[in-house]
Amino acid sequence: MARERKPKLAVWKFASCDGCQLSLLDCEDELLAVADKITIANFPEASRAVIKGPYDVSLVEGSITTPHDAERIHKVRRASKVLVTIGACATAGGIQALRNFSDVKDFVAIVYPSPEYIVTLNKSTPISDHVFVDYELRGCPINKYQLLEVVSAFLIGRKPIIPPYSVCMECKRKGNICVMVAHGTPCLGPVTQAGCGALCPSYNRGCYGCFGPKETPNTNSLAEWCKKLNVSRDDLTRFFRNFNAYADSFRKESEAHER
Amino acid sequence: MILVLESGNLQSLFDTLISEKYQIIGPTLDNSALIYDEITNVDDLPVGYTDEQDGGRYRLVKSGGKKYFDYVVGQHTWKRYLYPPEKKLFELKRKGDGFEIVENKQEIHKRAFIGVRACEIEAIRIQDEILLEGPYKDADYERCRQNIFIVAVNCVRPGGTCFCVSMGTGPRATKGFDLAITEIVDNSGHYFLIESGTKAGEKIMKEIKGKEADQNAIETADRLMKEAENKMGRRLDTDDIKELLYRNFESSRWEVVAQRCLNCGNCTLVCPTCFCINIEDISGLEVNSAKRVRKWDSCFTLDHSYIYGGSVRTSAKARYRQWLTHKLASWIDQFGMSGCVGCGRCITWCPVGIDITEEVQAIRESEGKGKIMADKEE
Ligand code: SF4
Ligand code: SF4
Ligand code: SF4
Repeated sequence: MARERKPKLAVWKFASCDGCQLSLLDCEDELLAVADKITIANFPEASRAVIKGPYDVSLVEGSITTPHDAERIHKVRRASKVLVTIGACATAGGIQALRNFSDVKDFVAIVYPSPEYIVTLNKSTPISDHVFVDYELRGCPINKYQLLEVVSAFLIGRKPIIPPYSVCMECKRKGNICVMVAHGTPCLGPVTQAGCGALCPSYNRGCYGCFGPKETPNTNSLAEWCKKLNVSRDDLTRFFRNFNAYADSFRKESEAHER
Repeated sequence: MILVLESGNLQSLFDTLISEKYQIIGPTLDNSALIYDEITNVDDLPVGYTDEQDGGRYRLVKSGGKKYFDYVVGQHTWKRYLYPPEKKLFELKRKGDGFEIVENKQEIHKRAFIGVRACEIEAIRIQDEILLEGPYKDADYERCRQNIFIVAVNCVRPGGTCFCVSMGTGPRATKGFDLAITEIVDNSGHYFLIESGTKAGEKIMKEIKGKEADQNAIETADRLMKEAENKMGRRLDTDDIKELLYRNFESSRWEVVAQRCLNCGNCTLVCPTCFCINIEDISGLEVNSAKRVRKWDSCFTLDHSYIYGGSVRTSAKARYRQWLTHKLASWIDQFGMSGCVGCGRCITWCPVGIDITEEVQAIRESEGKGKIMADKEE
């Protein structure tokens, strides 16, 4: 099918560290190769130039933490044909969702000299709590190849291959020796979605769950086993309360061990 | 032909294989773990190490001994080399109005596997039968499989999760090898009893620095192997197993194990007989090329049973039941043999220690109890 006009890609930033946008910037070689096929209409980390919408694909980074952003996301949605959230902040609320487990006012009072100037919401929430999301890309940060896969798939109109199974699948294919079994190191791999290429277990560390809960995660069984590996209740709470702390199953598991 | 090779002369086997242009793959240490990788020297073997294995637990232990093969199977399997975890099958490149197919013509080494255990030989045979003898031949497997020279090692010290005796596959290799080794340490020294199983094996035997085996060595090996049979870490009663599992399709035990099962897929990826793969077709951003990649898959993923409209096996219960029942029952209907060789890997490498032998036993006992209760009611 010959396209008459170049598809427009936009990138939007909400509460985040910009790490996921940097993953996109890291795709410069691949993006340059298609520069004549797509228009990058809005990409704050790369350029200030903004081309007006509507956009064919919007990549949204970051979570909603302010009343202003809670409105702005609706504008982005209205201007986008396909909206893809990228990274743990956008898909689960991010590390800043740690505030959701206490009172944000206490944090504000400690961090800012003049707390009265801070306008913020009580909770950091994922984009999907606010608008309809067409596709979610996990990770803290996202994986460059998965991002290219999603963009490629949407541009050509096919389903992206982003497997929702465990990190263990990647870990075993890679040939890593399991850190849980061989060293007794707690690892979130069995309940975390693949995508990172089992990065941490490849360096003999347990998985930190950057890609959030996998399909049908059994966090409870993993937690019970970790107790046998002498992980304390407090550590279990911290184990599940990470970059994806507010993702449903991780949130529930961390709360179950909280005192 | 049966030879005795003094332990100090083991290198002559390596040297002979290398001079015959074999790449040697065998057990070695990496990051304080046992893996199968390329080795060239006897010192690459985990000399003086042994292993402790239990459900969800593996430890390499320095025994201080001088034995070369004092451990059993680790996490890696030979299918890593015969049926690689990830393989590009071909690439498509746009060419004018059409496209051309670029096949993956990666060169495959002539390889010698050293330290293949009896259960693993049976696992290779099972995969051979399925991937080569069935109605569809896997051309890539065939390429990887040809020219493999197998040096078996008999298990004098079975591991904590081994149950090859129950499955009739070990601990002694009786067929399917080119050479088979028994490592012996007794009052006459530290030596290997080596027997050949093929012409290729005999050819190598002639080159190594062995001497003809005396009766004493042969008897010692026989005795050690007999003793090993009684040292299995696990046991599986296979009596009537197919009907037992088919009958217990709705057993409440599946719910119990599903509470623990993480559906992580580890058991299937470490199993030497599991052969499920997924095919991924990936197009590039510039849409000028695409590739087809084959990857190890698992029946524990939702996508594995995805058909139009959704996945068939959505619950962990359904997925665990599918796996266990396929291994031990429907595999028999499908291929005329069991899908389990009793290597114990799925037990050891399950992150939460789920034990196939324990699950079967629980189902067996639940029937017993059922019967007793029924008797009482009468
Ligand atoms: S190291 Fe972690 S991710 Fe890898 S197989 Fe073990 S539990 Fe799974
Ligand atoms: S049986 Fe163990 S290894 Fe297999 S899927 Fe379940 S938890 Fe994972
Ligand atoms: S089912 Fe378990 S014990 Fe049987 S062959 Fe597979 S990994 Fe080994």
